[in-house]
Parts: sequence; C-alpha cells; structure tokens
Amino acid sequence: MEVELLARLQFAITVMFHYIYPPMSIGLGLLLVIMEGLYLKTNNKLYENMTKFFVKIFALTFAIGVATGIVMEFEFGTNWATYSRYVGDVFGSPLAAEGVFAFFLESGFLGILIFGWKKVSPKFHFFSTIMVSFGSMLSAVWIIVANTWMQTPAGYHIVGEGLNARAEITDFWAMVFNPFFVDTFTHVISAAWLTGASVVIAVAGYYILKGIHLDFAKSSLKIALILACTASLLQLFTGHHSAIGVAKYQPTKLAAYEAHYDSTKPADLYIFGWVNEGEKTVIGVAIPKMLSVLVGGDPNTTVKGINDFKSEELPPINFVFQTYHLMVAIGMALIGLSFLTLLLLWNKKLFDTKNPLIKLYLLILILFPLLPQAGNQLGWISSEVGRQPWIVYGLLKTNEAISKSVGAGEVLFSMILFTLIYILLFALFMYLLIEKVKQGPEEPEIISSEELTEKTI
Amino acid sequence: MTEFAFDLNNIWFILLGVLLIGYAILDGFDLGVGALHLFAKTDEDRRIMINSIGPVWDGNEVWLITGGGAMFAAFPHVYATVFSGFYLAMMLLLVGLIFRAVSLEFRSKRPMKWWRDTWDIAFSVSSILIPLLMGVALGNIIIGIPVDQTKEYVGGFFNLLNPYALLFGITTVALFVMHGALYISMKTEGNLHEKTKIWARNSSIVFVILYIMTTISTLYIPHMIAPFKQTPILAIFILLSMLTIANISRTIRLSNYKDAFLSSSLSIAILMILVGIGLHPNLVISTLDPAFNLTIYNAASSQKTLGIMLTIALIGMPLVIVYFSVIYRVFRGKVKLDSTSY
Repeated sequence: MEVELLARLQFAITVMFHYIYPPMSIGLGLLLVIMEGLYLKTNNKLYENMTKFFVKIFALTFAIGVATGIVMEFEFGTNWATYSRYVGDVFGSPLAAEGVFAFFLESGFLGILIFGWKKVSPKFHFFSTIMVSFGSMLSAVWIIVANTWMQTPAGYHIVGEGLNARAEITDFWAMVFNPFFVDTFTHVISAAWLTGASVVIAVAGYYILKGIHLDFAKSSLKIALILACTASLLQLFTGHHSAIGVAKYQPTKLAAYEAHYDSTKPADLYIFGWVNEGEKTVIGVAIPKMLSVLVGGDPNTTVKGINDFKSEELPPINFVFQTYHLMVAIGMALIGLSFLTLLLLWNKKLFDTKNPLIKLYLLILILFPLLPQAGNQLGWISSEVGRQPWIVYGLLKTNEAISKSVGAGEVLFSMILFTLIYILLFALFMYLLIEKVKQGPEEPEIISSEELTEKTI
Repeated sequence: MTEFAFDLNNIWFILLGVLLIGYAILDGFDLGVGALHLFAKTDEDRRIMINSIGPVWDGNEVWLITGGGAMFAAFPHVYATVFSGFYLAMMLLLVGLIFRAVSLEFRSKRPMKWWRDTWDIAFSVSSILIPLLMGVALGNIIIGIPVDQTKEYVGGFFNLLNPYALLFGITTVALFVMHGALYISMKTEGNLHEKTKIWARNSSIVFVILYIMTTISTLYIPHMIAPFKQTPILAIFILLSMLTIANISRTIRLSNYKDAFLSSSLSIAILMILVGIGLHPNLVISTLDPAFNLTIYNAASSQKTLGIMLTIALIGMPLVIVYFSVIYRVFRGKVKLDSTSY
C-alpha cells in the first residue's frame, strides 16, 4: 500500500475513533448544566444523584476524548507535514485558539466539576459545570473554523510559488466566518447535543426495562428527550442549510451527494439508490423536482451534474452518495424516535414492561446511541470524502499534502499500533460504562481500600 | 545569537518558550508523581498519589497541546519538520500520553487487584516514557539534526538515539522525578510523607549528577556556547541555574518542600531559558549546513498571523492564569481521599 493511502486511512481511523467521544462530552456537558441547575433550583436530591451519576460518565468520555484528541493535533504534523507548511498560517491559528480559549477552560474547571463537590460552594460548583460545558462548545467552534476553512477557504491569499507556495491570512474574521462556518457549526453542535441525550436515553431505557431507579429514569429521560427532540429538528434545519451551501461552494460534492450525472432541471431527489459508476447510471427511488426545490427554492433550479466536472476533480460517487443518504435516513429516524419516545413517556405507556412491544421498544432505546454515533460518522465521511481530491477545496490536493520524510512502512506500523490500542480502549470504555450503569446512581463509585480485600479476585 | 529585536518573531520565540516552560513545570510534576507511583506499595497510598494530581493533571497537559498548536501556527515549518522527522518517536510519545491519561482515569474504577496493578504499571511506565522521549527530542534539537534545503529531516530513527540526546532524555526523567517527589512531599502526611521525603532526597542527588554531566557535555557543542561568549552577561543564567539547583538540595535538607518545589520549578524555567539562548535565533539546527537551519524568520508564519496569534495570547493567557490560580487554591493542602476521589 502506498503512503498516501495509508496516511489517509490512518487519519480516518484516528479521527473517527476520536469523534465517538467529544459529541458525547458536549451533549452530556449541556445536560449536566441542566441537571445541576434543576438541583440548585429545587433542592431535590434526585437531581443531585442524576448530576453526580452523569458526571462519572462524562469524565470517562472526556478522558478518552482528550487522549485521542492529542493524536489528532500531532497527526497534522506527523503525517501531513506538507499540508502543515502550506496552511500553518491559516489552519494553525484556530487550533492554537482552541487550546488557549477552550481547552484550558474546560480542562481547568473539570477538576472542580469532578473533585470539588465538597471543596467549593454549590453555586461555584455549578459555575464550574457551566464553564466546562461552555469550554467544550468553544472547542467545537475553533475546530470547525479550521475544518470549514478547508472546505470554503476565505480571508487568505497565496504567497510564493510552486513548492514554496503558502496560504497566509489576510482577514482573520473572514477566515473564521468563512461561508461554511455557521451552518456547519450549528449542525455539528446540534448533533452533539443529540449524541449526549442519546446516552441518557439509553441509560433510562435500561432502568425502565429492569424496573429499577424508575424516578431517576423518568426524570432524566424527560430532560434528555426534550433536548433530543429539539436537537433532531435543528439537525434537519441546519442540515438543509448546509446542503444549500454545498451546492453553491462545493458543486462536485453535491454532485456526488445527489448523483445526477447530467445537469438537470428540475432535479429529482433520491431517497435511496445505487450508483453504477462505470455506466454512469443511478437506480433508485426519487421525489420528483425535490432537489431543485431544496437547492434553490424553485423547481426550475438547475443542479450541476457529475459530467460537468473533470473526472480527476470528483470524489468517489457511490461511496459519498450512500454515506450521505444513510446519514439523512438516520437523521429522519432520530426525529421520529425522539418524538415517539416522548409521547410514550408522556402517556406513561413506556413503563408498561409487561407489553412485549414496549419491551422491544425499550431494547431499542438502549441501542439508541448507535444512531447519532453512526449519523455523526457517516456525515463526516461523506463530507470529507466528498471534498476529495482536495485537502483544501480548490487550492491543494490531498496527494500533494503528505509528509515527505515519512515512509509507507512507518505509517503502516503506526496505523496498526493505533488500531490495536483503540480497540482495547473501546472495549474498556464499554466495560466501564456498563459497570457504572449497572451500579446505578446511588452507590459510591470507588470501593475503598478496606473493602478492597473482600472484593479482590 | 544574533541581534535580539522585539519583533513578532522574537516575541513568539519567547511565548513558545513560555508555553513549553509552563508545560514542563506543571505536567513535569504529574509525570514525576507517575514515575514514582510503583514506589508506593499500598492501594491507599497509590490512590493518594493519583489524587494529588487528579484534579489538575488534565489542565496541566493542555500546556503541551497549546504549545503544539502555537508551534503549528507561529512556526509551521518547525512543526512540520520535527513532527514528521521524528515520526516513530512522536508515535511512541502519543502512546505514552494516551496510556498515562487512561490509566489515571481507569485505575480505581474497578476493585480487582489485577486491574489496579496493571493500570499502576501502565501509569508508571508511560509517565517515564513521556519525559524520556521529550528529552531525547529536545536533546536532538540542541545537538542539531540533518535537515536539507527543502526543510525536510533526512536522518533516520536511529540518528535520534545518539549519546547526547539519550543523556538529555534520562536527565529530563530525573528532573521530573525530583520535581514530582517534591510536589508529592508537599501534598502528603504521615507514613507516605516519610517515604516521599526519601524519594525527594534520592532523586535530587541523581538529578544533580545528571545535570552536571549534561551541562559538561553541552559545553562541547559550539553553537550552544557561542551566545555566551558573544554576550558574556548571559552567563548570569548559568549561575542562576546552579544556584536554584543548589537551593533545591538545601531546602530538601531543611525539609522545606514548598521552597524546594519552587526552586525546582524555577530551575526548570532557567534550564529552558538556557536552551533558548543557545538555540536562538534557530529553532532547528541542521547538521548538514547552517544555511538549512530553521530560524524564527524562515520557518515562521506571516507577520499578520503572528500578530493575530499575539492578540489571542494576550487575551487568553491572563484568563488561564486566573483559572489556574483558582483551581490550585481550591485543591491546596494535603490530599485527603473522599467519595469523589479517583
């Protein structure tokens, strides 16, 4: 395997694994603010237990998020050194800002959030929780600034020629608020809220199924479902706006998303389908004229087809088409499931565990987090593969961006190393998560050293 | 060392130094405590060790992440050349950082002895591996590495394992172990404290020996000595480093661990300043040809970016000082295990 493919594969593996965690942290962080806020307001011990329980899960996701996140920061330099030289001016700044403004804030106050319950006043503890949540969302701001600049570069000019060419900032705010930033950020944040909510939903579903901690389950489920319903609708709205942006600024990506080979008006919207890249045909079920309506508000909008572009400037069509459509399908399913669950909670049918359909539904709720997780990954895959062959859309090709001093053997070694370590980490994460959920909200988490001798295996 | 002007490139040379010094002083003790972890023998003592850094280690590590980000933004060619050039070492460093983080987090979450023992070993090994690799990397930067005219590193992996760099790596481990021992001495009482006092004394002896060896070896590197010959007043830093290190030994003998820790922190800063003086205005020295050196001028971002980054730093870093002051104040005093502890 040659080094470019290995570098891309390694980046995909490391970033996809990393991305399991920050959305959970961001979503749970917001929920913790709500839960602790409710505790302070009502003084109801139920909310205190809820906060303390989900803080433990939050800490677990946060730790793995940090550990796998450092890999990402280093990986631009280790495997994409040429890219780093080219865009350091522009791309490096939001990354540094992420560290200065967001990471210090969230990691700093995290100490008080987890360990400071007995050391500070309840109000100051709540302030710390808010700072951690705010820090996590601020971190998303800067990383999305960096990524969206790769998609729709703005506020820069190119200096130098050939191998020495570099992008330099001309306008910081134009770079930050590049055309994709707002839509992408809102879409990513609402996805994160949904991902965090799904964890709480799954835990509640498990407890209801088992008939334990029912007050806890009911209360936490209500909070999580309100967030999930809101976030899933925001997803639809922000997703739609993002796609309009893609149609305007990354027509090759939209062409792959929607797989129209010839430019058409009015263009139909495929709900699902299969692209035969060899014969340049698509078989699928489509809503007539819908794509034109979505892109331009008008059935007479022309949507550019794949054939309008040079083949070497197109991403893989079927792969991008499928991942994109799967993401949308998941997004729709999440709206349906969130509202249906809220209804079943409201009319109390959800607690009727004697009903086999309800039991099945609760099992589905336990698996609920798989949906936003899959949606997140598929969305990023379709977006990042969809911008190929560009690493900076329209400016730098991916195959021009890898590190010159790193050989294929080294990358293969590190890729296998990360894969093995991450498999281990994931197994440990699931194990500790399940143990914590089984333990429940009231037990003290750490068994003291005295009890240790009895419980030692 | 060339003329020093207060331009953006020099300001960023200093700021990068500040970030790396901050990292070394703060995560230095986290890593030192980790390196000493297996010398504590009971579960309770090990929990105390971990909880002494539990609330602060993550924020301390952010200095490294921000330093890396700042290097990327301010001196992208250095970031690119060093990170890709030292590829395998960087990968091992990442493995170390990953395992240090997760062992801390996971260790006490289950009660089984085999579980805790395994994570204790992982925690300790990774806490030793990290400073070793960082020290080897910095040692290589000091001695110079083969970099060609396209700014790419053209040595291999084994180039990096030269005697000077290895000595520098081991000295870094010793420095952090001593620093960590002083920190844990401040934070403990009773029987554990009696142990940490011994660790502090022994590690300071080891460190001083290695420090002397490293300093003498560095005298043989012409480009490191040149600035001090050219501007003799700079030798005051050499004197200061000797004094602060001597003060560590003195305060340990007086059982004044707070002052010893402060001296240790100061000596870390001064040692880094000495490295900075020696390297300036270079960030990467090429053993092939000095014309291929990466300097604060030829490896830097545009003036506009350096200016924007300075604004970011001027707004952000004072806030960081506030956060850290608050957090260290909340967690001051001896470690006491409670229901929130690791």
